[in-house]
Amino acid sequence: MSILVDENTRVVVQGITGREGAFHTKQMLNYGTVVAAGVTPGKGGKQVKGVPVFNTVYEAVEKESANVSCIFVPPPSAGDAIMEAASAGLGVIVCITEGIPILDMVKVASFLKDKNSVLIGPNCPGIISPGKTKVGIMPGPIHKPGGMAVISRSGTLTYEVVDQLTRAGLGQSTCIGIGGDPIIGTTFIDHLKRFKDDPETKGVVLIGEIGGTTEEEAAEYIRKEFDKPVIAFIAGQTAPPGRRMGHAGAIISGGEGKAENKIKALEDAGITVALDLGSLGKTASKIMGKS
Amino acid sequence: MKLHEFQAKDILGKAGITVPNGQLVTTSDQATTVVQIIKGPPWMIKAQIHAGGRGKGGGIKVAHYPYEVVTATESLLGKPLVTRQTGPDGVVVNQVLIEEGIDIDREYYLSVSIDRSTAEPVMIFSQAGGMDIEEVAAQSPALILKEHIDPVVGWMPHQARNLVYKLDPPAQPATIRKFISVMANVYRIFLTLDCSLVEINPLAITKDGRIIAVDTKISIDDNALFRQKELLEFEDTREKDSLELMADKYHLSYIRLKGNVGAMVNGAGLAMATMDVIKMAGAEPANFLDVGGGASEEMVTKGLEIILKDKRIKAIIINIFGGILRCDVLARGVLAAAKKKSIRVPLIVRLEGTNVEEGKEILRNSDLKFLVANNLAEAAKLIAKQVSKAE
Repeated sequence: MSILVDENTRVVVQGITGREGAFHTKQMLNYGTVVAAGVTPGKGGKQVKGVPVFNTVYEAVEKESANVSCIFVPPPSAGDAIMEAASAGLGVIVCITEGIPILDMVKVASFLKDKNSVLIGPNCPGIISPGKTKVGIMPGPIHKPGGMAVISRSGTLTYEVVDQLTRAGLGQSTCIGIGGDPIIGTTFIDHLKRFKDDPETKGVVLIGEIGGTTEEEAAEYIRKEFDKPVIAFIAGQTAPPGRRMGHAGAIISGGEGKAENKIKALEDAGITVALDLGSLGKTASKIMGKS
Repeated sequence: MKLHEFQAKDILGKAGITVPNGQLVTTSDQATTVVQIIKGPPWMIKAQIHAGGRGKGGGIKVAHYPYEVVTATESLLGKPLVTRQTGPDGVVVNQVLIEEGIDIDREYYLSVSIDRSTAEPVMIFSQAGGMDIEEVAAQSPALILKEHIDPVVGWMPHQARNLVYKLDPPAQPATIRKFISVMANVYRIFLTLDCSLVEINPLAITKDGRIIAVDTKISIDDNALFRQKELLEFEDTREKDSLELMADKYHLSYIRLKGNVGAMVNGAGLAMATMDVIKMAGAEPANFLDVGGGASEEMVTKGLEIILKDKRIKAIIINIFGGILRCDVLARGVLAAAKKKSIRVPLIVRLEGTNVEEGKEILRNSDLKFLVANNLAEAAKLIAKQVSKAE
């Protein structure tokens, strides 16, 4: 098993005719993902890499039974694109777009409250269930099917961690990049709850970074309710306060969001925190009883 | 994007919130004229820099005679002001705001920002105004009152009542009406200008019952600047580091830090983690540089050029996990930069991911001198070795 996406996933790519959308449609198809449809308003009737393009997500669902969306729409319209996907009833919405205004995300978060959609991102690499499907922009070949779940606020840092896991002989059930923005659709706890009930997932790697308090909240949840082994890493131990470190959400403000607070909360909850990124694979291997 | 106090007060004033009468000056000659127009004594002379902590840093002065206004202005203009937020070198003061002194009876705190945990705007109100709100939160959290705002409904009058009727001692009915009006105006500014913060601290009640925004801070959401173009004229880049400005021009995410090991990385998370690796190896990172998940050869070249312009650099690490950014593109970008400016410090290269072999091949076949790290653990060791050599 895996969570949220698998071999039954039928992706609709929103913004499929753009440069990024077209490129990653090809990459997803190469990985074996079923890209059932694309959407670009005004470009309905065209094809991209053999994938039919529609004017609305609603049509893509009706005609091609798409059930997961992957959004590459530019920031000014990305919030609207998320709401369109939710209105069309898609169960999982992955938003790759970076740079959405925060007030747009406030509206999106409010809009999604009474919908049955799970939003991953924005500003994220997406989600992959190795060997089954990839919905996003991560390099496919570094992943291997197995029992480790990965939940991360970052992109390339996730690839680094997955690569180390694979090299250490630890394959992955599902890897999720939850996004680097201050307001994201789902956070660590949302996915930990799913991994808890996923029999294939034997352990979790949680990759956090400075900014906000979601790692602290995850630590509390894990301490109370999560039995599988968790290995954590927090980026930004050397980040200065008050500066945004690339990601819009990666900022220490008013004593909140420091790496040390997060590491302490995680360790207090009995979670192994790898302080040294280079050794994370080995640490995971030890915890999972592989070496 | 941060606005200066005088810019923020201009916005408040236009929205119907009373601010002190004041005038911006850039020379002490102007101060001589301004003091004749602005009501006083006393006068307030306030350095206009983006960093907070100006009061304690000596950036806000009170003058009781016109000549003091001029000398105070002179003492601030053109000189670096050091506050707890500026770093040890301080920030040069280019502009000074001269204002009428306000006869304050009580001070309050009022702000709107985004609460990340609820994904909603939140109005924060406190009777402990004029102080650092984080200190108030730590010492007397009961004095901090909050109302979350439903983005669909907007700010409602009952929410304002919830806040003002909790004041102890209670405010006068006329003052309550004024608070309610200011709160509605502050939320409207927050919404229409795509702010990430609108803060009035202190929001003062004067002895004659007026309500005045004595100091204010406004920050605009950078992601929304595409639809707030008229605010772009408020941008003051003079306080920015010159290398950071250059990076902005090429859309590179670069932050200058205090150390001497330069780093070029793709992706913000990996860039932060690489800074941490440098620190754990016993050195200090000189910068954060994320060339981006899908950087072009030119962006890589510009990124490395910026690092090479930093005179403090003793070693450089390039840490790339190729995904969309291919390692061969990275390698060509590095060589292009090395051609323009010779690299005189040890260069540690760690490449992984898409087209890693082609990337390494390109570097090996060039006359560039570099050290190869096959993984992050090796990279850390190489950094430690180079740093101990340099010392």
